[in-house]
Amino acid sequence: MKWRTIFSSKTMGDDEEVKVFGMWASPYSRRVELALKLKGIPYEYIEEDLSNKSALLIKHNPVHQKIPVLVHNGKSIPESLVILEYIDETWRNNPILLSQDPYDRAMARFWAKFIDEKILSTTRKVSFTTGKEQEHAIEEVTEQLKLLENEVKGKAYFGGEGIGYVDIVANFLVFWFGNLQEALGINIFSQHKFPFIFEWIQKQLKIDMVDECRIPKDKHLTYIRTRLAAFKSASK
Amino acid sequence: MAEEVVLLDFWPSMFGMRSRIALAEKGIKYEYKEEDLWNKSALLLQMNPVHKKIPVLIHNGKPVCESLIQVQYIDEVWHDKAPLLPSDPYQKATARFWADYVDKKIYDLGNRVWKTKGEEQATAKKEFIESLKLIEKELGDKPYFGGESLGYVDVAFIPFYSWFYAYEKCGNFNIEAECPKLIAWAKRCMQKESVAKSLADQQKVYDFVLQMKKHFGIE
Repeated sequence: MKWRTIFSSKTMGDDEEVKVFGMWASPYSRRVELALKLKGIPYEYIEEDLSNKSALLIKHNPVHQKIPVLVHNGKSIPESLVILEYIDETWRNNPILLSQDPYDRAMARFWAKFIDEKILSTTRKVSFTTGKEQEHAIEEVTEQLKLLENEVKGKAYFGGEGIGYVDIVANFLVFWFGNLQEALGINIFSQHKFPFIFEWIQKQLKIDMVDECRIPKDKHLTYIRTRLAAFKSASK
Repeated sequence: MAEEVVLLDFWPSMFGMRSRIALAEKGIKYEYKEEDLWNKSALLLQMNPVHKKIPVLIHNGKPVCESLIQVQYIDEVWHDKAPLLPSDPYQKATARFWADYVDKKIYDLGNRVWKTKGEEQATAKKEFIESLKLIEKELGDKPYFGGESLGYVDVAFIPFYSWFYAYEKCGNFNIEAECPKLIAWAKRCMQKESVAKSLADQQKVYDFVLQMKKHFGIE
């Protein structure tokens, strides 16, 4: 059953219609919602059942048929990183997510890509492999987290003076990673090993909108455990 | 202050070719440094410690890694000439989406075409052709993905043209027969000096692929 929720901090203008096709447990989907909430942009949220994708989702993202998709006044934008830049370029109010300086922008894009293509991707391997393969994935993600730790060392935020593009992309570390560890019974990511990332997490949690995009922990743990069980039985 | 631009690159890399084209489009003079990927230079390891990969663009001593990030950087720094990305946010998003599609789909599928054989290769070939047809549809009747002039998606995708011959020989198929509009687009791009001078020779790329196949034991 699909449900729609309208998040409004102010009345939606006649000429602005913003929709997000998402999935509650997807970090890619939540980062889009976080960006919109930070900018104070009201939007209609449509929860997708990924095992039974809606005709509307397929219409708005025929190429990949994935969430999230942002639909702004009928125009569809898929791919979360593309969506984040679109949001920042369309609504120029604070917080500005990407610096105007080309070099800073290049660095932000680099780290966002690193988080998605390395950390998130290796985390999937950690979740869905066993034995030696999982051990290797754990080592790999630990090394990748160390690089990120180094990047946030001495900074309040990844970008600069306030929450920005990389902080939003790294939001995965604020809620998801801890839950995943708990469900998997591993301990890769701890305050002891990554004090700077943990300090950054504490600062993130103080931001209202970040807290508003919190993943409900118990529901998430159940979700992860169900997926892990399905994977285990499929691989027998 | 005089601008100092260095590109650490590897001649058959379609990713390196993107930055070469972007720099040429903007008329930027730069120093090209060929890397031996089996013996990476100290400079490369210093400038890209995270991935240790080419291409790396070094602008006044500061490194920019990842080819699409470099192309955007080049477009933003030297914004007064030959703009590659449109100014409208939605058109920009569309361009970024398709460049990402080239990376996520076309590159991977192309790799599988030359790196595999038998049934695996047959599947890769089918999916590769489908992905080319999809992007050909996006081109439509426009002369370039960027419209009337070379744009971001053109720069992102045209380097793959230098690999088409290798894909065709390895996979035993003909891309022009499947995607005539795409080949017409590629030839149109090749008329531009920035592209012609930046792309590797197709035969040389094929010889390189054969060497790689031998090296990886893929016959």
